[in-house]
Amino acid sequence: MNGVSPPVYLELRGLSKHFGGVRALDDVSLSVPKGAVHALVGENGAGKSTLGRIVAGALAPDGGEIRLDGREVAFRSPREALVHGVAAIAQEPSIVPHLTVAQNVFLGAEPRNGGFIRRRRLDRAYADLAESAGFELPGGMSAGRLRTSEQQKIEILRALSRNAQLIVMDEPTAALGAQETAHLHDVVRRLAAAGKTIVLISHFLGEVLELADAVTVLRDGRVVKTAPTADETEASLVVAMLGRPLTSTFPPKQAPGANARVVLSVRGLSAPGVESASFDLQAGEILGLAGLIGAGRTELARAIFGATRVASGEVVLGSGTALGRSPSRSLRAGLALIPESRKDDGLLYLRSSLENATLSRLGALSTAGVVRRRRERRAGHDVLERCGVRGASFSAPVSALSGGNQQKVLLARVLLCEPNVVIADEPTRGVDVGAKRAIYDFLTGLAEEGLGVLLISSELEEVIGLSHRVLVMRRGRLVSELAGEAITEDAILAAAFADAQEATV
Amino acid sequence: MTTGADASSPRAALRRVDWASRLRGVGILLPFTILFVVLSLTSSSFFTKANMLNILDQQSATLIIAAAGTLVLIAGGIDLSVGAIYGFAGVTSAHFALNSSAGTAILLGVGAGLLIGLANGVVTTVFRINALIGTLAMSFIVGGCSALITKGNLLVLFDKEGFGKLARTEFATVTTSIWLMVGAVVLIGLLLSTTTVGRYMSAAGGNAEAARLAGVRVDAVRMLTFAISGTAAGLAGVIDTSRVLSAQASPNDTALAFTVLAGIVVGGTSIMGGEGAVWRTVVGVLFIALVGNGYLLLQFDPLYEQITMGALLLAAVGLDALSRRRG
Repeated sequence: MNGVSPPVYLELRGLSKHFGGVRALDDVSLSVPKGAVHALVGENGAGKSTLGRIVAGALAPDGGEIRLDGREVAFRSPREALVHGVAAIAQEPSIVPHLTVAQNVFLGAEPRNGGFIRRRRLDRAYADLAESAGFELPGGMSAGRLRTSEQQKIEILRALSRNAQLIVMDEPTAALGAQETAHLHDVVRRLAAAGKTIVLISHFLGEVLELADAVTVLRDGRVVKTAPTADETEASLVVAMLGRPLTSTFPPKQAPGANARVVLSVRGLSAPGVESASFDLQAGEILGLAGLIGAGRTELARAIFGATRVASGEVVLGSGTALGRSPSRSLRAGLALIPESRKDDGLLYLRSSLENATLSRLGALSTAGVVRRRRERRAGHDVLERCGVRGASFSAPVSALSGGNQQKVLLARVLLCEPNVVIADEPTRGVDVGAKRAIYDFLTGLAEEGLGVLLISSELEEVIGLSHRVLVMRRGRLVSELAGEAITEDAILAAAFADAQEATV
Repeated sequence: MTTGADASSPRAALRRVDWASRLRGVGILLPFTILFVVLSLTSSSFFTKANMLNILDQQSATLIIAAAGTLVLIAGGIDLSVGAIYGFAGVTSAHFALNSSAGTAILLGVGAGLLIGLANGVVTTVFRINALIGTLAMSFIVGGCSALITKGNLLVLFDKEGFGKLARTEFATVTTSIWLMVGAVVLIGLLLSTTTVGRYMSAAGGNAEAARLAGVRVDAVRMLTFAISGTAAGLAGVIDTSRVLSAQASPNDTALAFTVLAGIVVGGTSIMGGEGAVWRTVVGVLFIALVGNGYLLLQFDPLYEQITMGALLLAAVGLDALSRRRG
């Protein structure tokens, strides 16, 4: 900054958008100076993604105007927006896995000669681009083999190759681990320093405060406030988002009894991505499983549950039942899993919330193989209400619900199974602050009822705030166990990153 | 889910596709009713008991196979071998009817269908071969076996009245071929709509991994759908052989698989799996049959019949795609 404030690059005036009878955006105005990072925050359904999609040309507003560099624009498609220098980066990158990184970057805009792609020119253009962006991403590698954060770089490079001046990022770090997130933050800073304007949509308030110059809080489609991030704290943002203060992020911990019985015992378990894992889980205990993305946490969970083939070792429930053979066996023996991705591994989007909730317990709700509809409805409604699922009717497709409510449908499914042990893999991914607290209460409640809970989360504060004991995983191995006061962010990170440190010594 | 971060957009997308899914839900009833009324008004011989029973009698094999095929499609598979199984079961039962009892012939014909269906299930679940290719290959193999049995001859059973009783007996003025069809279709429909296994089928087809993690034995469920499909095709082949009292290995049989598929999809069951209903398939198959019957009764140029069918199929699949589009 040299005293002169940079010119406004993006200006929105009185934007509104309706979906049927639902008002998604109402009279939204904001302006973003050139080279600034502007964050949009709000609960699920507050309208931030809708706003992002309008700016990126994926949706047309019902009213209001968008000005880019002083000129009014109206994009009819993301492609048209891109021509005007506006690019969008989605949470899940859209890449063609079998093409190389360079081919993905220039997809649709390949240097060509009468229909033939000039391979060498493409490679050279890629090398120049990657260097100017400061990315070390091998252009010849097939894109499908990269990690999500690296795939996101492809999208960023794609945006840069089209000379994008404004980049809209919707939850870019939601699927990333700590290390990858830090990496992406660097990229965002570098882009801003190079004069690109960035609109950042994020659930992570810490990230917003750290990265953004200014933040706009949305609630029910309206702007609650826009302020420089320097004037805000996480607490002040939460108050603005919810319209009320959040009393406490985590419910109080209730330690399991001193000699609580072991409900799950894992011995020398090896499976793809997991090497010789051993641990015990007690009744009433929440055991956190921390580690970097790719450390093998999900793989361990799936091996215990029997979703992947176990190479060696054993999993024994407190009842003495040996597990690790198949999900249906595990569920019957009293072990339930909340899978990592509710979209890919959890819900049947075409079916109703009710059917999704009762799926694992259908056998008990039927007589001689015939589903007793009334019994199913009674049991399903009861458990869905207990889990606080709100939004659409229980007989409407589960896809009509918000992310948080969809997650609660999975909780309801688990509750119906009456398990002794629950494995929760990233239970709060992509849900808003209010729903998070409900999920925390749910997990704590399970432990209080004497269940064992294995909690996997990439959000360290979640692991720290909920767990009685934490196991840290690194490269497929359990490398550290922390309990009580020893559970700190530093201790977990030190154990999770130990390899990297060893390497630099 | 990218849009999951913001409830408004998927909800709106849902509303946008709502009319499409609703149209698909009851849609087939509307054109069916219109066609039915139009044919009743334009042709005096259409809405007569004889014509109605004739249509049902002719379609009984297709209806049985299509009802079972609906289960396969809903569970996320596809069975292109049903035509060949239909033919194979026909010639098998005819072959044995010539020299042994009618009961043995029927049992062996239907049993052959069950065995081939199980083989389809093993090929697609245990060996993880794509169902489209696996059952296509099976179709060739089974078709070849039919030719081996008949050695290219027409098997004539005109003197085997015992075997003919299966489909040709009249009960309450309706032939047993129709009664058997009604029984099989109702049974399959109830299996899908009221049982746990039926629910598991739509789960397996809707999202196989999610279903598996929820405790559904996806492979076993899919295997079952192929077994049912094979058995149904076997039964249909035996019924038709008993109906016409002759059987022949014919390459035309293979094409039956596509007629069946067309009926299922026109009815509104999704080719992508996870959704559908047996009653829709029944209406879909009968709708196509009515189109053919209409061409006949109204003396339209039958050359256009196939073009009409193709257009209907495209319309049905287009509607399916539209109702699935999100965001």
